Amino acid sequence: MTKQVLGAAAAAFALALAAPAAYAGETFDAVKAKGFVQCGVNTGLPGFGTPDSNGVWTGLDVDFCRAIAAAVFGDTDAVKFTPLSAQQRFTALQSGEIDVLLRNTTWTVTRDTSLGLNFAPVTFYDGQGFMVTTALGVSSAYELDGATVCVQPGTTTELNLADFFRANGMSFEPVVIEKLDEVVGAFVSGRCDVYTTDASGLAGTRSTFPNPGDYLVLPELVSKEPLGPVVRHGDDQWFDVVKWVVFATIQAEEKGITQANVDETLESTDPVVQRLLGTNPGMGEALGLPDDFAYQIIKLVGNYGEIFARTVGPDTPLGLERGLNALWTDGGLMYSPPFR
Amino acid sequence: MAGEMRGPGRPQPTLIERLGDERVRAVLFQVLVAGAVLALVWYLVHNTLANLARQEIATGFGFLDRPSNFAIGDTLVDYSAADSYGRAFLVGILNTLRVALIGIVLTTMLGTVIGIARLSPNWLVARLAAVYVDTVRNIPLLLQLFIWYSVITESFPHPRQAYQPLPGVFVSKRGLMFPVPEAHPGWTAALIALGIAVVAVIALAVWAKRRQDASGARFPVATTGAGLLLGLPLIAYLAFGAPTAFDVPALRGFNFRGGLTITPELTALLLGLVIYTAGFIAEIVRSGILAVSRGQSEAGLSLGLSRGLVLRLIVLPQALRIIIPPLTGQYLNLTKNSSLAVAIGYPDVVSVLNTTINQTGQAIEGVLMIMGVYLSISLSIAIFMNWYNAHVALVER
Repeated sequence: MTKQVLGAAAAAFALALAAPAAYAGETFDAVKAKGFVQCGVNTGLPGFGTPDSNGVWTGLDVDFCRAIAAAVFGDTDAVKFTPLSAQQRFTALQSGEIDVLLRNTTWTVTRDTSLGLNFAPVTFYDGQGFMVTTALGVSSAYELDGATVCVQPGTTTELNLADFFRANGMSFEPVVIEKLDEVVGAFVSGRCDVYTTDASGLAGTRSTFPNPGDYLVLPELVSKEPLGPVVRHGDDQWFDVVKWVVFATIQAEEKGITQANVDETLESTDPVVQRLLGTNPGMGEALGLPDDFAYQIIKLVGNYGEIFARTVGPDTPLGLERGLNALWTDGGLMYSPPFR
Repeated sequence: MAGEMRGPGRPQPTLIERLGDERVRAVLFQVLVAGAVLALVWYLVHNTLANLARQEIATGFGFLDRPSNFAIGDTLVDYSAADSYGRAFLVGILNTLRVALIGIVLTTMLGTVIGIARLSPNWLVARLAAVYVDTVRNIPLLLQLFIWYSVITESFPHPRQAYQPLPGVFVSKRGLMFPVPEAHPGWTAALIALGIAVVAVIALAVWAKRRQDASGARFPVATTGAGLLLGLPLIAYLAFGAPTAFDVPALRGFNFRGGLTITPELTALLLGLVIYTAGFIAEIVRSGILAVSRGQSEAGLSLGLSRGLVLRLIVLPQALRIIIPPLTGQYLNLTKNSSLAVAIGYPDVVSVLNTTINQTGQAIEGVLMIMGVYLSISLSIAIFMNWYNAHVALVER
């Protein structure tokens, strides 16, 4: 049997053994009691969740794990990472193996409901793209009729792929391989004409190729892929904490509060900033967090713009522009409800 | 009262005294253990359902009727993303059965040849067979699958530069494409005629055996059978208009269209499974043959039988009795090992259900279905092999 099935079976078994009252509204209490956040992340996606050469986890998703730890404990190291495959991730969350899932996971109706999960605000607006070799001589996704397409199973990607080709009356032959290395290997060897996943993932994968110039990401994005943190049903307070950690990073960027200037901003007379940083207390207490939780996030991890620039921005190997992920004030979609 | 009906000299034994009886204790312990197991199962099922309900995770098999929305690369029956999860499940089962059946036939043939080769008086042949067995048995199957898959996808050319060993037959990274006859009543009739011929040959063989047992007269089953198998379909084919149109694969766009394709995934999986399992079967065949005492074949030779006849009439029937039971185990292994297909992208039942589990989130149902499929296939193979084993077993008179 394979790892995934074992994972699913183990999760099923965990569901069977878990004491009936173990998580009813108690995820947050359990997190505080054990002293760290157990965070489910990617097994290795550059820019989002991957261990660096020293074994330290880095990436956008990972930084939000650290931001949650900073908010709850004032310590970015109070977090443990569980690398999960696309197939293991939901059962790991459902069974209580992890407290929060930050693994470039797309928010969909099915996942939000019948999987028993809740999606916190989007941390990255993505879309599905196609990568081909320049030798193929294709410049648009609409020219891909009859192509062989490499794709990972258990993802929205697999469904969007089928939808896109069906909607446009085109045919394709899928090659479905679970492991990222293997599916990319199959694409590079020429088994497939096309490799498809979220555009950010394509950029990340392409950046690891020895000759990225031989590969082309087609301009069309064929789906909406809002990626964000996921928690399981049953603890609304924990859900609130995760939500407002994300919002705090966005609000901080909007107010121009950065890792560098957060200490001097404590002197600010702007009431919005005072409420955010806790100099005017109340917000933290309402969430069950220390009043300076947002200060800790910004001081230890940074605001949304800093996290983006550090992990996937133009100066990183991924080289992604802000695009949809810019603040609403800059024409993007990043918007925080008011801190009051 | 029961005690009053008994004789006065035999008071009813107390509970403690009854426990002194070994048979009573045996029953008691069995009841206790069975009860504990049932209670544990009930607890697990109940607890699972309660947890699922509380976390509002969907349960049940209703999802099987919903559209799957995902595509499958290699299917034996018509399937598209608009079909249901149930249909995808069927596609997966058929793909698993295809690999298991082809794999079992090929691995039996290869294993038997290697096993006999190990006993060859030719030093080189015997050594080569020994090296083969020791190599393939000692490399993990998953690794062998990866090796075969990379060999195929790395070494064969792109479709646009595909090899063409025969007209209309193409070999590339995308697999082996070959022409198939276009649908026509002539081919259908020929196929039906072939089926009739197979039944007729089996009936003929049974009849010939009975006649020989009764009268000693022999009937040329082999030649008549071959005539039937070739003749009947040919007559049907000619009678229904002898169609000659073929669906020939041709390069259009990125890939070959038309004809039939054997995908690299299926090829790699079959190569891996057959070559790996044949190593074990070779040893089973060798040990089976060696277990028949030399005196048996010497006796046959001294009666004037040829070496081939000695092998067929004396050695093999006895060797089979030893070979069949462990062979069954290898068939089951091959079938279960086919679930490694998911690693190289062959859409077997595990691969399809993995995707289903992920899209629906119903892991428990999916895992139960996977277990059910393998259990059914394995039990079917075991039942068939046990029947065959009983068939060849020593009949005591």
